[in-house]
Amino acid sequence: MDVGRHPNITLLTYSEVEDVSGYIGNFKVKMRRKAKYVDESTCNACEECVKVCPVVVPDEFQMGFASRRAIYIPFPQAVPSSYLIDMEACLGNFPIACGKCMDVCDQNSINYDMKDEIIEVEVGTIIVSPGIDMYDPTEHDEYGYTKFENVLTSMEFERLMGPTGPTAGEIIRPSDRKMPRTVGFIQCVGSRSRKKGNPYCSNICCMNTVKETLLLSEYSSDIKSKVFYMDMRTFGKGFEDFLKRSKEHGAIYIRGIPGEIEEDPRTKNLILTIEDTMTGKIEQHEVEMVVLATGITPRVDSEGIRKLLTLTTTSDGFLMEQHPKLKPVEAPTAGVFLSGCAESPKDVRESVQQAGAAAAKAQILMGQGKVKVEAITASVDSEHCTCCGICAKVCPYSAITVDVKNKIPATVTEAACHGCGTCSAECPFDAITMKHFTDKQLLSMVDNYLEEKQKEKIIVFACNWCSYAGADFAGISRLQYPDTCRIIRTMCSGRVDEKFVLRAFELGAPIVLVSGCHYADCTYINANRWAQLRVEKLWNKLERLGIRPERLQLEWIAASEAVKFAKVMKEMEEMRKKVTIEEIKETEKILKQEREKKEAREKKKKKK
Amino acid sequence: MPDDNLRIGVFVCECGVNIAATVDCDEATEFSKGLPGVVFAIKNKYTCSEPGQQEIKKMIVEHKLNKVVIASCTPRMHEPTFRHCVSEAGLNPYLMEMANIREQCSWVHSADKKRTTEKAKDIIKAAVARVRNLESQTEIEVPVTQRALVIGGGVAGMQEALDLADTGYPVYLVEKSPTIGGKMAQLDKVYPSMD
Repeated sequence: MDVGRHPNITLLTYSEVEDVSGYIGNFKVKMRRKAKYVDESTCNACEECVKVCPVVVPDEFQMGFASRRAIYIPFPQAVPSSYLIDMEACLGNFPIACGKCMDVCDQNSINYDMKDEIIEVEVGTIIVSPGIDMYDPTEHDEYGYTKFENVLTSMEFERLMGPTGPTAGEIIRPSDRKMPRTVGFIQCVGSRSRKKGNPYCSNICCMNTVKETLLLSEYSSDIKSKVFYMDMRTFGKGFEDFLKRSKEHGAIYIRGIPGEIEEDPRTKNLILTIEDTMTGKIEQHEVEMVVLATGITPRVDSEGIRKLLTLTTTSDGFLMEQHPKLKPVEAPTAGVFLSGCAESPKDVRESVQQAGAAAAKAQILMGQGKVKVEAITASVDSEHCTCCGICAKVCPYSAITVDVKNKIPATVTEAACHGCGTCSAECPFDAITMKHFTDKQLLSMVDNYLEEKQKEKIIVFACNWCSYAGADFAGISRLQYPDTCRIIRTMCSGRVDEKFVLRAFELGAPIVLVSGCHYADCTYINANRWAQLRVEKLWNKLERLGIRPERLQLEWIAASEAVKFAKVMKEMEEMRKKVTIEEIKETEKILKQEREKKEAREKKKKKK
Repeated sequence: MPDDNLRIGVFVCECGVNIAATVDCDEATEFSKGLPGVVFAIKNKYTCSEPGQQEIKKMIVEHKLNKVVIASCTPRMHEPTFRHCVSEAGLNPYLMEMANIREQCSWVHSADKKRTTEKAKDIIKAAVARVRNLESQTEIEVPVTQRALVIGGGVAGMQEALDLADTGYPVYLVEKSPTIGGKMAQLDKVYPSMD
């Protein structure tokens, strides 16, 4: 309610972000406000329209336990408090077909021709709190969710208990509309399993079940709750007391998850077969209703936002924060913050805490009124620029402008440049300098690593955000791998110039690895695509020159993939051992000749 | 030959035993002293600690260092710390380079101290080579628009929209569904206070 009324909040419901451009402090956001076909400002929620609407569809708010009309309000206390038309269900796109609601609306609020509205705003910071989806237990055939009427998910059960629910808070079971006298709760449905659902703990389900058992005992002392669990995780403030209270109120906790649920076809009661892992005995429990404590999953439809804001995910599918301990609400993209269940499953209290933290971080940024952006940007030497336009083509941020037709050299908009360095690596004329990651600076590392004992060293180019971070994570995890790799950090794999690789081979490197973020997860939108194309070109070139292309490797390693990093290093080591001194010497010779030929050509060109 | 004006200082961190247990830090420090351009090298127990940082600042002044290599943990952790530290001593923050001898060396090759020390030396050597070529950079300052966008109108989104709005910043709260409230609106009572 406060949100809807606050003078500083512009509430855009039924709206989606379609495009984000710009950078920290200066984002331009395009949003689509979908047509509700009912004017929010004049609708007084009198409900007359609903009474005449002939279309009946399942009510998603009530988890399908009730129905609503095509013109509806999601729930009585919804904010904003106005109706909308579900156009997919409505007959009245052509008023001839129906149009009944329009006829009864005194306020003339209904307009079938209402169009989506595009809203463009400029903001300094963005907070992402996309929410969650509930795990769909359909794949758990053994629990009979799709077969047995009296098997519900916890969210369905939640609606059944709510005073604003389909039964106005009366707890009945679907098959016979009678109060169940025993309710069995099954924990960890879709959580903590490598086989079905998700491997992580969903955080909220244990406590939610404890709460539901208490609500049941409050509702009627005739209802008995039985909770089937693996471990009850009651780690938060007051949680353990809560569990104790539930037990005192008669709920029984049984350590064992049923392998299967069967239904008694006559009574529609459910028979659970479990192994009680405390006693080691196989038991059967008959209950009148089953509630599956389903886990939570990342919002599927937040994928669009993720891509627009160039965010990445961890292996569980939730968004990745900048640092799990020190920067838990900061997204890797500067000026963007995460809250709620964006980066992991959270309960209400934790979501509120994190929201406060994210708001505070955004306030710090806005309060300062200005922010320093990193100096690592590209700059063009217009004397060497031939206006070919390649740099502008490869820039993921459209930060480079070049007029190919009129031969006006490239220029970089510094504040829009994120510093991936792809332009610098792609420029065929070495006209672009990547500040702080210049050719000279990076080549000096290659040269120094390969000054001695070259045969024993693997040159690894690792991007700052994924592969280098993956290597760090391997360190934090104390994973052991061969000590032959020599890592050179670049901001992006897109920065790895062909000449870095060739220089490494010419100086005697047995193996060179280029590594970066996974293909769709590049921190610089799609800059790693150019790294891949460049490596493919290099493979062809090496082959043509008679050098084994396998000696140049390409791997995508995420920041979370410590194990993969260590594994790749072991594989590289195996490959390194197979490269002979003769082969290295031969490569050195070939590449030296190649380089000298190229230099001679360039000299000649210059003279002309 | 390195530039005569180069005065590089190398600070080798033991990180308690995190580095020192598998890398001979004395040897690495001695080795650093012989690298081209290096005029000063020293070993610390914890370079990132307050005394560690004070020492860096002091040595920059005392030895007229114009470039610094800090051989310790990953730059992903302490690059901002040390950039800030050297800038307090009057050095451009981009003239500091970190050699990652913890996450990518001491922690992952703990079996053979001799070999791990060799690798650490190699990493320091490459970092010194890089720092020789580093140039001062200036960070540009951009204005921050004093408006915020909150994506998602669940309990978290509502909370941050209110917090920001109460501070006085205009907020756009964008929600995909027709109403705000998210999953919480579907719950009757919420643990642990049951309201």
